[in-house]
Amino acid sequence: MSIIVENLSKHYGTQKAVDAISFEAKAGQVLGFLGPNGAGKSTTMKMLTCYIPPTSGTATVCGFSIIDKPLEVRKLIGYLPELNPLYTDMFVREYLRFMAQIHGLGKGAKKRCEEMISNVGLTPEAHKKIGQLSKGYKQRVGLAQSMLHNPKVLILDEPTSGLDPNQIVDIRNLIKEIGRDRTVILSTHIMQEVQAMCDRVIIINQGKIVADDKTENLGKQEIEEYIIIVEFGKEINAELLKKISGVKSITALPNNQYRLICDKDIREQINKTAYENNMNLLGLSLEKQKLEDVFKTLTKKTDKDV
Amino acid sequence: MYSVFVKEIRSFLSSLIAYVVIIVFLMAIGLFMWVFPGYNVFDGGYANMDSLFSIAPWVFIFLISAITMRSFSEEKKSGTIELLTTKPLTDWQIVLAKYFASIVLVLFSLIPTIIFYVSVYKLSNPVGNLDTGAIMGSYIGLFFLGAVYASIGIFASAVTDNQIVSFLVSMFLCFFLYQAFSLLSDFKLFGSYDRLIEWFSIETHYKNISVGVVDSRDVLYFISVIVIFLWGSKTVFGSRKW
Repeated sequence: MSIIVENLSKHYGTQKAVDAISFEAKAGQVLGFLGPNGAGKSTTMKMLTCYIPPTSGTATVCGFSIIDKPLEVRKLIGYLPELNPLYTDMFVREYLRFMAQIHGLGKGAKKRCEEMISNVGLTPEAHKKIGQLSKGYKQRVGLAQSMLHNPKVLILDEPTSGLDPNQIVDIRNLIKEIGRDRTVILSTHIMQEVQAMCDRVIIINQGKIVADDKTENLGKQEIEEYIIIVEFGKEINAELLKKISGVKSITALPNNQYRLICDKDIREQINKTAYENNMNLLGLSLEKQKLEDVFKTLTKKTDKDV
Repeated sequence: MYSVFVKEIRSFLSSLIAYVVIIVFLMAIGLFMWVFPGYNVFDGGYANMDSLFSIAPWVFIFLISAITMRSFSEEKKSGTIELLTTKPLTDWQIVLAKYFASIVLVLFSLIPTIIFYVSVYKLSNPVGNLDTGAIMGSYIGLFFLGAVYASIGIFASAVTDNQIVSFLVSMFLCFFLYQAFSLLSDFKLFGSYDRLIEWFSIETHYKNISVGVVDSRDVLYFISVIVIFLWGSKTVFGSRKW
């Protein structure tokens, strides 16, 4: 296990930003941190990177405690802070070289910087001052910086914010690539990103972990109702659909489409009804419960508890 | 630590601060030494650099505060401090790197004044008839003074994330430590303690060294003040963890 977090808490006065969370992360895994604003994602990351100490609890990174051995931990971690702070009056290469020197890359620094510049797609902008770059390119500089020293653990706080769709795909692939033999923890509030990149998701709300599972399992959780979309070639009498047992409600959508909420999978019955009444059925599909819905139910649930 | 030091120097050089500070310093000192009536060497009639060494501490109060005001304040404001503190660097390394970079800038501003020394040396009659020992001592004193001001400036910068507040706090503390104690002792309010109070002021020690006598007690005073303020900076800087 490269990261072990045990009962980690951070209190600001009476507010519990992070409330006794525990989880583990192993190498070769991209772990997604998901949560609404102010859930405690960034605070957890700040504690793992030894920027702020926890109020109570401990965590270890590759066997080094964040409390007793912060320097060792920082050597192993690559970190992209939330708002991606950069020295705007430095040149891209100058900045990356500086960061490489801090990590003691020595003579290999120059080669490694060029490598990272091409990896994150910075080559056309590499001669500029950081302050002159657009937001997306600044983000790439931040990413390059975090991966410079080949860290064993990569902690990225909203890595794809400010990037355009093409860049997002590039960066996602890069992160996945790195995640193959390292530990990557990233936070985001974009669901598709989690589905696209992460092997495992931790949903966190009001400082507590509300779900911790593999990405594909999380989508399967607690299906209470089935949503079926049917499309017909001509106008039909919706009353006929209502008669099918299991249908709870029907909403008409444009172009003769209907959205049925049912308590079981009734696609077969619909097909039968359509055939019998000559309804000219064109499409029939079961909507899978999306991660968005899981997220909504899980985070709302804890809101009620509190 | 060396890499942060180099980065600080580079940022001084690339952000004009270094040039402005050095030019303003040389201009102010040059005007007092050669132009302004009542202060200049010619009016004085003696081949010495007293006007330089009596004005420099005052000019330094402004300039060194200006050099150091951004060192921590800006990093705190722009958030780059989070970047720096999550790298394998200790708090001491960061504080010292910033401190030494400021000291180097102070040295750079002092070096060109050697031209003034050479000029006075050539002007004196007979040539070379000036108290080189006292001038050497004054330079050493001025360097220590700059080093103390720089540590005060770093401290002021660590206290706040606002550069203007940092600048003003630093100027106040520099002035206070430079002269306030010796002024206080001039009131003769505390009897035998007056000498002790006077001892706390930088001016007393600066003047001692300026005579050309580098006394270990004066050096010890300067070094202790520097250590106290750097330790204070490190503590304030580390207070994010409290």
